[in-house]
Amino acid sequence: MTSRTASFGLGDRLARWLHLAFCAAVFVFLIAPMLVVVPLSFNAEPYFTFSEGMLALDADAYSLRWYRNIVEDEEWRLALANSLFIGLAAAAIATALGVLAALGLASPAMPGRALVTGLLISPMITPIIISAAGMFFFYSYLGLSQTHLSLVLAHAALGTPFVVITVTATLAGFDRNLVRAAESLGAGPFVVFRRVQLPLIAPGVIAGALFAFAASFDEVVTVLFLGGLEQRTIPRQMWAGIREQISPEILAVATFLVAFVLVLMGVVEWLRGRHGHQGEPAR
Amino acid sequence: MGSSPHVEFHGVSKTYDGQTMVVQDLDLCVNEGEFFTLLGPSGSGKTTCLMMLAGFEAPSSGEIRLSGRSVQHLPPRKRGIGVVFQNYALFPHMTVGRNLAFPLEVRGISAARRRERIRQALEVVRLDGFEHRRPGELSGGQQQRVAIARALVFNPTLVLMDEPLGALDRRLREEMQFEIRRMQQDLGVTVVYVTHDQQEAMAMSSRVAVFHRGHIQQVAAPETLYEEPEREFVASFIGDNNMLRGQVLTVERDHCDVATPDGIVRAFPVHHCRPGDPSVLAIRPERVSLTRPGVYTNEFEAVVEDILFIGDHLRLRLNLCGNPNFVVKIQNVIGHSAVLAGDRVRVGWSVMDCRALPDEEGAGSGVLTRPAAPLRSPPGDATGVSGTDRADVPPSTQAV
Repeated sequence: MTSRTASFGLGDRLARWLHLAFCAAVFVFLIAPMLVVVPLSFNAEPYFTFSEGMLALDADAYSLRWYRNIVEDEEWRLALANSLFIGLAAAAIATALGVLAALGLASPAMPGRALVTGLLISPMITPIIISAAGMFFFYSYLGLSQTHLSLVLAHAALGTPFVVITVTATLAGFDRNLVRAAESLGAGPFVVFRRVQLPLIAPGVIAGALFAFAASFDEVVTVLFLGGLEQRTIPRQMWAGIREQISPEILAVATFLVAFVLVLMGVVEWLRGRHGHQGEPAR
Repeated sequence: MGSSPHVEFHGVSKTYDGQTMVVQDLDLCVNEGEFFTLLGPSGSGKTTCLMMLAGFEAPSSGEIRLSGRSVQHLPPRKRGIGVVFQNYALFPHMTVGRNLAFPLEVRGISAARRRERIRQALEVVRLDGFEHRRPGELSGGQQQRVAIARALVFNPTLVLMDEPLGALDRRLREEMQFEIRRMQQDLGVTVVYVTHDQQEAMAMSSRVAVFHRGHIQQVAAPETLYEEPEREFVASFIGDNNMLRGQVLTVERDHCDVATPDGIVRAFPVHHCRPGDPSVLAIRPERVSLTRPGVYTNEFEAVVEDILFIGDHLRLRLNLCGNPNFVVKIQNVIGHSAVLAGDRVRVGWSVMDCRALPDEEGAGSGVLTRPAAPLRSPPGDATGVSGTDRADVPPSTQAV
C-alpha cells in the first residue's frame, strides 16, 4: 500500500484535486443560486441585489417586510390555501391508488406486470407539457377546467408514480410468509392488510405520500393550463410575480419553500433510516 | 388419540407451468393424533404438499380432505390449521403477546380469556413472562418457540410445521425435537411436519412419508423405514446403506441369488422378482462383520482402503466386489483396532440383512458399474444401458 502511494502519489493527488474542483463547480452552479435567495429575501430595499448596507452587515439594511407583505396579501394567502388543499387532496388520492397498485403488482399472480408498471409510471416520464395540454382539452370537454377538482385529479395522476415506486421498493423486502401466517391464523384480507402489511410498509407509504405532495406543491405547468384566478397556487403566484411585478416577496416565498422542502426531505430520510433499522434480520 | 383419518390426499397433483409435475397423483392419509413427517430432499414436493394442505396453494387436480370434508374451496383462514414457518414469520412490529393475541382477536375472544390463553401457550413453550418482548429481541430458538406458541394458541387440532428447526444450530435443534414431540403428545394434536433431515424425521415421527421427485416412495414407522426399506431411494436416503448393483440369477421362495460384477450374493427379495431383473442390494454397514471363513452365507475378501476412528465405532472403507466405497461399521471393542489400511479382510453378512430391491437409479447414478452382459434388457429399455426412470416404475411396486 505504501509503495503504491509513493509511485502513484502525483497522479492520485491530481485526480483528487480535479474531483474536488468538479464537486465545487457542481455546488456553485446548482446549489449556490438557491442559497443566495435566503439572505436576499431579508433585503430592506425592493431590489434583487445585495445593497451596500447588507454587505456591511448593517442591521437596518435587513428587514422582514417582504415576509409581512406575503402574510398580509390576500393573493398569497389564497395561493397558500390552494397549494395546501390541492396538494393534500392529490397526495391522498395518489397514496390510496399507489398503495393498491403496488400491492397488486407485488402479487405473484399479476399478469402483464411490466406493461401495467410502465403505464402507472408514465406520468413521471411523459413531458409534463404534453400531459398538461392533454388534460386541458379533456377536462375542458368535461367542463372541469378552471376548477379545483381538475387540479386535484391532475396532480393525483402526477403523484401516483412516486407512491407506486416507494411502496414497491418497501414491498420488495416484505416477507410473504407474514401474510400467509396471518391468513392461517384466521385473518381476512382486510385485517391482514391493516394489521400486518400496512404497519410494515408504512415508511414507504408515508415517503410516497410526501413525494406526491411535494410533486403537487411545486407544480406549475398544469396549473397554468387548468387553473384560473381562483385556483392560483404558490408556484403559479410566483410565476405571476416574476412576470408582472419583480418584488423580493418572491424571494421570501422561495426561502419559505426551501425550508419546507428541507423539512420534507428530513422526514423522508428519517423514515428511511427507521425502516432500514426495522428491516434488519432479527437474530 | 383416535385413529380416524384427519388429513387425506386423494390423487393430488400440482404443476406450476402445466408441464413439470411438482407433486404427482399423490395419495396420503394422516390419522388423528399422529406425528406425521414428510421427508425428502429439496424439490421433492414435500413443502408443496404442506402449502396445499394449509390452503396457500391449490392442487392442480385431486382432492384434499380434512376430517372427511373436502377443503377445495376453503381459504386458509377458514381451515383452522396452525402453521409454523421455517423463518418463523413472526410479526416484527408486534410484541410476543400481540403476536399470540392476533389469532384470538380475529376470532373475537374476550380480552380476559385472551390473556389466559396467551399465558398458557407461553407456558407450554417455556417462555413465561416474554409477553412484552419484541421478536427482534429474542434468539432464534426463542423466536421458534413463539412461532409454535402462536400456532397452538387458538387450539387447532392440526398443526403444520415447515422445516421449523432448519435455522437452528445442532444442539438447540436436538433439544427442540424433544420439546416439539412432548408438546404434540401433551396436547394430542395432529402434526404434519416437513423436513429434509432424516435423523430428525426418525427421532420425532410416528410415521414418515419419504418423498422423491413428487412421489411418495414409502410410508412407514421410522423403524420399518430403517429395517425394511422397500425402494432403492428409501434405502439410500434413510441411514447409510451399501448399494451393490447386479442382476437376479435365480429366485427361491425366501431368497434370491444376485450376480454382482465380482461375485454372487444371496439376498432377501423385497418384491416379486424374476431372473434377469436388474437389482440393487442394500446392506447396512453395521450388519457387516469381520469374520472367519464359513460363518455367513455371503462372505467376501476385501482390501481395507482406509479407517475412520469415530469413537464408539470404527468406519472401514473397503474395496469389495469392485465397489471401492463399501463401508463397514464395527464396534470399538478390544481386538478390532488391530485392522490396518491395506490389510486383506474377510467380511460377511446374513441373507436377511441384504435386501434385493428393484434397480431404479440404474448405471446413471455412477455408484457401480452394471453387469457386463445383461441376461435380458429391462422393460421399456431396449438398449439396456440406462436405468428405468422413477416415473415408469410399475404401480405394483409403488409404495403408499
